[in-house]
Amino acid sequence: MKKFCRVFTVLVFIFLYIPMIVLAVASFNTGTDIAVFKGFTLSRYAELFRDGSLLALLRNSLIISVLASFIATVLGTMAAVGLHNSRGRLRSAVMTLTNIPMTNPDIVTGVSLALLFSFTGTLLKVKSILGFWTLLIAHITFNLPYVILSVLPKLTQMDPDLEEAALDLGCTPGQAFFKVILHEIMPGVISGFMMAFTMSLDDFVISYFVTGSSFITLPVEIYNYTKKPIHPKIYALFTLMFLVILVMMVAMNLLQGKDAERKQKKRGVRA
Amino acid sequence: MKSKRLLAPYVAWMTVFTLIPLGVVIYYAFTDSITGQFTFANLSNLSTYLPIFLRSIFLSLASAAICLVIGYPVAYTIAQANPKWQRFLSMLVMLPMCMSFLLRTLAWVAMLEDTGIINRVVSSLGLKPLPLIRNSGAVILGMVYNYLPYMITPLYTVIMKIDPRLIEAAQDLGCDHKRVFTKVILPLSVPGIISGITMVFVPAVSTFYISQKLGSTGTTMIGDVIESQFKTAYNPNLGAALSLVMMILIFICIGFMNRFTDSEEEGVVTP
Amino acid sequence: MKKRLLILPLLLALLLPCLVFPAAAASNEITVYNWGQYISDGSDGYVDVIEEFEAETGIKVHYLTYDSNESLYTKLKTGGSTYDVIIPSDYMIGRLIAEDMLEPLNFDNIPNYRYVDEAFKNQAYDPENRYSVPYTWGTVGVIYNTKYVDEDDVGGWDLLWNSKYAGKILMFDNCRDAFAIAESLLGYSLNTQDPTELRSCASLLSEQKPILQGHVMDQIYDKMIREEAWIAPYYAGDYLYMLEENEDLGFYFPEEGFNVFIDAACIPKGCTNQEGAEAFINFLCKPEICGENLEYLGYSAPISEAKNYMDPEVAESEIAYPSDEVLANSESFSALDLETSQLMDSLWLSVKTSGSDTTGYLIAGAALLLAAIALTVILKLHRRRKLARRGISRRTNQA
Repeated sequence: MKKFCRVFTVLVFIFLYIPMIVLAVASFNTGTDIAVFKGFTLSRYAELFRDGSLLALLRNSLIISVLASFIATVLGTMAAVGLHNSRGRLRSAVMTLTNIPMTNPDIVTGVSLALLFSFTGTLLKVKSILGFWTLLIAHITFNLPYVILSVLPKLTQMDPDLEEAALDLGCTPGQAFFKVILHEIMPGVISGFMMAFTMSLDDFVISYFVTGSSFITLPVEIYNYTKKPIHPKIYALFTLMFLVILVMMVAMNLLQGKDAERKQKKRGVRA
Repeated sequence: MKSKRLLAPYVAWMTVFTLIPLGVVIYYAFTDSITGQFTFANLSNLSTYLPIFLRSIFLSLASAAICLVIGYPVAYTIAQANPKWQRFLSMLVMLPMCMSFLLRTLAWVAMLEDTGIINRVVSSLGLKPLPLIRNSGAVILGMVYNYLPYMITPLYTVIMKIDPRLIEAAQDLGCDHKRVFTKVILPLSVPGIISGITMVFVPAVSTFYISQKLGSTGTTMIGDVIESQFKTAYNPNLGAALSLVMMILIFICIGFMNRFTDSEEEGVVTP
Repeated sequence: MKKRLLILPLLLALLLPCLVFPAAAASNEITVYNWGQYISDGSDGYVDVIEEFEAETGIKVHYLTYDSNESLYTKLKTGGSTYDVIIPSDYMIGRLIAEDMLEPLNFDNIPNYRYVDEAFKNQAYDPENRYSVPYTWGTVGVIYNTKYVDEDDVGGWDLLWNSKYAGKILMFDNCRDAFAIAESLLGYSLNTQDPTELRSCASLLSEQKPILQGHVMDQIYDKMIREEAWIAPYYAGDYLYMLEENEDLGFYFPEEGFNVFIDAACIPKGCTNQEGAEAFINFLCKPEICGENLEYLGYSAPISEAKNYMDPEVAESEIAYPSDEVLANSESFSALDLETSQLMDSLWLSVKTSGSDTTGYLIAGAALLLAAIALTVILKLHRRRKLARRGISRRTNQA
């Protein structure tokens, strides 16, 4: 049984990674047909860097996702702390508010924001309302719940006496927050930030509905690319991004691993 | 008092960019696209889209079920591995989520097409090309592939947290492997199953890209229709009406599924 | 723990270089919104029109694409973004003029307009020629793969309904072009406003659906060149482009009649740099640019002088420049009135969403619903029994 499970897991991982391999191989192909490998070349990568238009869009995506996830992390952590300290009706109302964008499909979120923006656009008589700011607002909006839901559990796990102790020892509430609470919930904040960042870097559906002509992100342009005869340099970009993310994730993993080991040792000493 | 101040910006943000947009969607759903007059026409025409709604729900439920069947053994195997492997494998599960799903879907198209990679192999063996693409099966495959990580991650988190002492206790009390699984592990992983199904079902039912690329002219899904109303056939009012109905349907489905979990847990969303 | 804290600033520091805000829009910039694959972009040694234009005028071009007149219309109508130059087709120009969405051009800034052939000026869609300057013209026909398609079946639009080639036929993904085919086949005018005629066209198109590979626009290049599909109606100019990649492709003008169109550059209302836009339109009319650009595209030039700058083989192509005799069988689109456009839109939506076995899904849906209800009931009973056995109420336990 155990053996079967292992083999099955390996098969599923192969299933998950086959498309990546196909795309990576295509990025080295001299021909444009993805299904026929004609010969090996690095020229797709050269084209990617010479042309630069895709890299500019990648930069746009990074700008949006860093800003959006950062703002969402700040706002979301604040809200999570507030939520943690509140009870009863207020809490359940805010939780419902948080759950709406979580359970709403992306397309509905995108459509509703697009309608809101064009509605305000006509009200304010602003012709080109869709752009950088609308995109940023949309990304912050769908990032917020992820931050809250990853910070909140850490707050619940936290020893409630810690804050009191800090206050008793003469901290102002602000100091208590930054020196004690924030320190305790940091893993949750970081994982919330990371999740928000990846979500918004890869977001296509919502961005697709709220982008205008002035500011376009990479996933939206990839969509436009897939409607035309696709240029293989996009496979090169995909492969590079895959490698970067892989390296980043492995690095994080190793760091976490060391962290966990240290913790275990500490626990061992205490015990 | 303090908690309210911390919550205020978040609540304000979510009201303006989540609740009000939903209000705008409702407003559009009940007005005419040309005159702007109040009308029921958009909603009363919806019966013609009933088959599409049913098809979307059917296909995405099927994908969610398949994801569960595939994902459970994988999540279980990962949870059984030693901590180092656990971290590494769960990272490998999450990695595809960070990559452009458009391009990954396109890679599937390249594999499944009549002139695609698989069929080239098949025809080089002297067989007739297989009808791999442009049917419901291909759409389900695409959705299973894209949303499988959303199933594995919550399952893994829940299974990992099961107290090993419970399993030991069950074994001590004379349960064999099968009974340990059915009586202890499976019931305890129900919250993960529910949140996994939700996390697969919601994006699957509203998808519009996968069905366009992998499906045929007969597998149009509700997301496709909504997208076309906003992007090609200028009729945002009909699109809003369809989104509204889809949203309500999803809330009903989720409410229904949440009845299976007895605890009032706030959805297991996992990093 | 400390290390973990470090990750966040580290990440930010890594990304900071990217955080330089998008350079404020260059003072002299225009946004051009054009069809996909509809300008020579410097590949295969042809001219890069945009780069040349930027070099000559110093105006920076922000270039975006759409894939049908209808998506262009939707984008303009939805609002929220502005464009300086758009290139819609004839009937869409008529519609945009009727809905007051175009800016009249200042022809003093477009001196090259004089090169445009008289035959392409003052068209029905823009009778006084105040809003548009022709970019290309062309025809619609059937592209097919001679390797797989029997020459006996070739000749009319009915090839697209031939079930012998089921799964290998593509169709236009925009309502006007798709309806035009059905209208030709049924012998109606391409500009019919008769609802019953339109309805019968829609049912003809629904009939075709099961044998189609898909409704596509620009993806047609890939599919035809790679032989994933064998038959597709498309624009003659694009056939010439595809022929270079796959020489087995053939083309014919269907005997029932076909559409001839003009695509023209216009400036939409709300444009931010009209002079820049007019400079761009003027540049497109330059005979040498027009000639090289259209040689690459394969579409037909509305400027006779441009032919001097083309490969003579292209300039004399029977497909790009069909004889008057062939053209006698063609008809151009005119703008439909609003009601008819809407009817066509909704009919097209029903065509695209129709078909497939509804009953199957109904039965499956009902079965699923029943199963779900049964499951809840069982679960509830089970739980109640369990609670009864334990003799405690969960609610009190929780509180």
